[in-house]
Amino acid sequence: MPRLWKPGDAYIWISGLALMATLVMIGGLLFLIATKGLGAMWPDDIGHYTLKDGSVYLGQLRGRELVRGTSGVKSNSDFRVKLKIGNRDLYGLDFKWIDESEIVSIDFPLDAVILERREWGNYHGYLKEIRKNGQIILGSSPDAFAMLKDLIRDANKTYEKILKIEKGEIGDINYGIEKQRLKLRGLSIRGEADPEKESKYRLKIEQYEASYKVSEANLQRLYTELNRNKVVMVSTDGREKVLPLGKIVLAFRPNDMGVAEKVGFYVKRFWGFISDEPREANTEGGIFPAIFGTVLMVLIMSIVVMPFGVIAALYLREYAKQGLMVRIVRICVNNLAGVPSIVFGVFGVGFFLYGIGGIIDSVFFKEALPNPTFGTGGILWASLTLALLTVPVVIVATEEGLASVPRNIREGSLALGATKFETTWKVVIPSALPAILTGLILAIARATGEVAPLMITGVVKLAPDLPIDGHFPFLHLERKFMHLGFHIYDLGFQSPNSEAAKPMVFMTAFLLILIVVILNITAIVIRNRLRKKYATSAV
Amino acid sequence: MASGEAMAQQQQFNTPGTNGVSPSPEPRRSEKAITVPDPLVEVEGVSLFYGAKQALRDVCMNIPKKKVTAFIGPSGCGKSTLLRCFNRLNDLVDGCRVEGNIFINGKSIFDPDVDITDLRKRVGMVFQKSNPFPKSIYENVAYGARIAGVNKKLVLDELVEKNLKRAALWDEVSDRLNDSAMGLSGGQQQRLCIARAVAVEPDVLLMDEPCSALDPIATAKIEDLITELKQKFTIVIVTHNMQQASRVSDYTAFMYIGDIVEFDTTEKIFLNPGKKHTEDYVSGKFG
Repeated sequence: MPRLWKPGDAYIWISGLALMATLVMIGGLLFLIATKGLGAMWPDDIGHYTLKDGSVYLGQLRGRELVRGTSGVKSNSDFRVKLKIGNRDLYGLDFKWIDESEIVSIDFPLDAVILERREWGNYHGYLKEIRKNGQIILGSSPDAFAMLKDLIRDANKTYEKILKIEKGEIGDINYGIEKQRLKLRGLSIRGEADPEKESKYRLKIEQYEASYKVSEANLQRLYTELNRNKVVMVSTDGREKVLPLGKIVLAFRPNDMGVAEKVGFYVKRFWGFISDEPREANTEGGIFPAIFGTVLMVLIMSIVVMPFGVIAALYLREYAKQGLMVRIVRICVNNLAGVPSIVFGVFGVGFFLYGIGGIIDSVFFKEALPNPTFGTGGILWASLTLALLTVPVVIVATEEGLASVPRNIREGSLALGATKFETTWKVVIPSALPAILTGLILAIARATGEVAPLMITGVVKLAPDLPIDGHFPFLHLERKFMHLGFHIYDLGFQSPNSEAAKPMVFMTAFLLILIVVILNITAIVIRNRLRKKYATSAV
Repeated sequence: MASGEAMAQQQQFNTPGTNGVSPSPEPRRSEKAITVPDPLVEVEGVSLFYGAKQALRDVCMNIPKKKVTAFIGPSGCGKSTLLRCFNRLNDLVDGCRVEGNIFINGKSIFDPDVDITDLRKRVGMVFQKSNPFPKSIYENVAYGARIAGVNKKLVLDELVEKNLKRAALWDEVSDRLNDSAMGLSGGQQQRLCIARAVAVEPDVLLMDEPCSALDPIATAKIEDLITELKQKFTIVIVTHNMQQASRVSDYTAFMYIGDIVEFDTTEKIFLNPGKKHTEDYVSGKFG
């Protein structure tokens, strides 16, 4: 035994094993998330299942498991499969578990159609007829499906126009009216009787209302256009359904697609997932607002946390007299890093929202009261709360960086007649910059994954507006926002249709990890560049 | 400056350290300080304490202008400490206390109205371990000028070229001025530090064992450089290497346990030392 222990081989094996275990865990986690998430976008073949009791289902295979309680030799009859059957409006549920022993036959009809709808989830069925401008085209005609696709594309264009009017024009009008209303209210609050201004504001409101009428008429016209053409579908059990084309996002026949076609479809859908807004209580559509909110929040946090953390560390390390007091402060900073994040959230609510936000509202946004502007959750307060949460990380890393700057470099600068401030600013901080950035990387990693404090300081399930838009001042820090971490929680645990939301949970988790990785890699690349530039002396 | 005036100043300003030790009205043990022609730095009765430990004992000496003065002596004898008194770099050390006075160009460096950054601009220093800043070669040389508020590119370009040439480094680095100084070899780094120090145009250049980390070839280059630079600067060099002291210096001070044992021309110290102790050291009997 001593022979084994003395050269330390055993220690090397143990640490190697520990490393392996860690890597396997990380890899396994990523693999699970990636396969579960990325697979959900793939257009699986759709099967026509006939059961022993005569019922038929059209669905995509989404899982297979051993029926509980089975032991001993396993045969086909002990398994059951999960089908995504869609048609929530007909069946009430998107998914169905079927015992394999019940299945009589499965075949894959080429003409089975999946429709992605704006409401009620997917529709599985067959094309019966298209009603175009009063004309009826039978689904059995060879080019009917191609025609359906074209019509849906046109309808989507109309739909985009509608969105543009609703979000753009009407949004602008509402924004303008609200501004004028606040100006009017401001006049009355300040007790200024200025009929000239007042009538000016009223006139503007009237102008806005007039243009609203125009927009509304446009909308009406577009909506009729959108819903004029219809498609009649028939489900596999023979029930007919009339769908206006405006309600359909896209139509595809997975059984009739080649692999290349499927890949193209997959890429398009994946891009849609990243760039679109969510639909149907977040269970469908994309997650762009959540990505945007997460990244913006982390950026604001970084901008705030860096100067604070670095200045605090500079004072502690360079200027403060090293003694009991500084040691106590250091211990406190380190302990701060261990405080549960929800405590920071509560502090954020009390201090930022109600305290500072309340003061800002009562000074600058008096006319909007009692509606709070800054006195409620918003991206600024969430970012500041996270900055508080991560500032100890930055302080500790920066202090370590400062401590590792060699004394003779400082003396070199001082000996040239530089003051302490100049030395710190021009020589010490650049040398410590890689370490400071390491602190930032850790802070970003921590902040991106944090959810609890955000839930009470500004994150919402669905935010109607992005925090950046075309209205002055373009960056609206008071707005509520969406966040990937909260999105995962919301989809996974708050969704009425959790089975349908499952792939979204994995996809969102995958993207969250991806964003953390991208942010970190960016910071690491910057750090390595700086390291090269400010490489400390090797001699 | 005549020593009478210096004494008057010494009486006028209480020495730093403020431990209640009033400066004596007479130059103490000045018999140790040989008269040198045209002294630039006058050290009068300097004692230095690190806390309770005394590192310098009543040192008196004069350092001649535009000559090379070497400090030799065994480790821990206070050579570097004395050197670091001249630009008051010891102020940075906690618990360090100085008694006595040092005059540069006739002005006490411990005067309350002396701007310490201004003093350090007049007294440049090169360290034992080369310490280029983590910046480009160009920015290293331009550092002092930038601190002084010079930002014109033309002026800086000229300054950088002139001082790199002075430090005999220009030919080696002229094509990569914007590369990091950390990429240079040890000897190049040390010459860069010399260029950086002389770029501020100091009166005195302090060198604290500038060659102790260098190979013989790099050392020879620096020694040539020192001989070159003494036409313009007063150089004080601390060295462990007796051959080096005999090669480059005009005057040599032999120090032992915080005291100057003997200070004279280099020739005399090495060929005909006045004290047995010095002779033992320079002949290698101890140390």
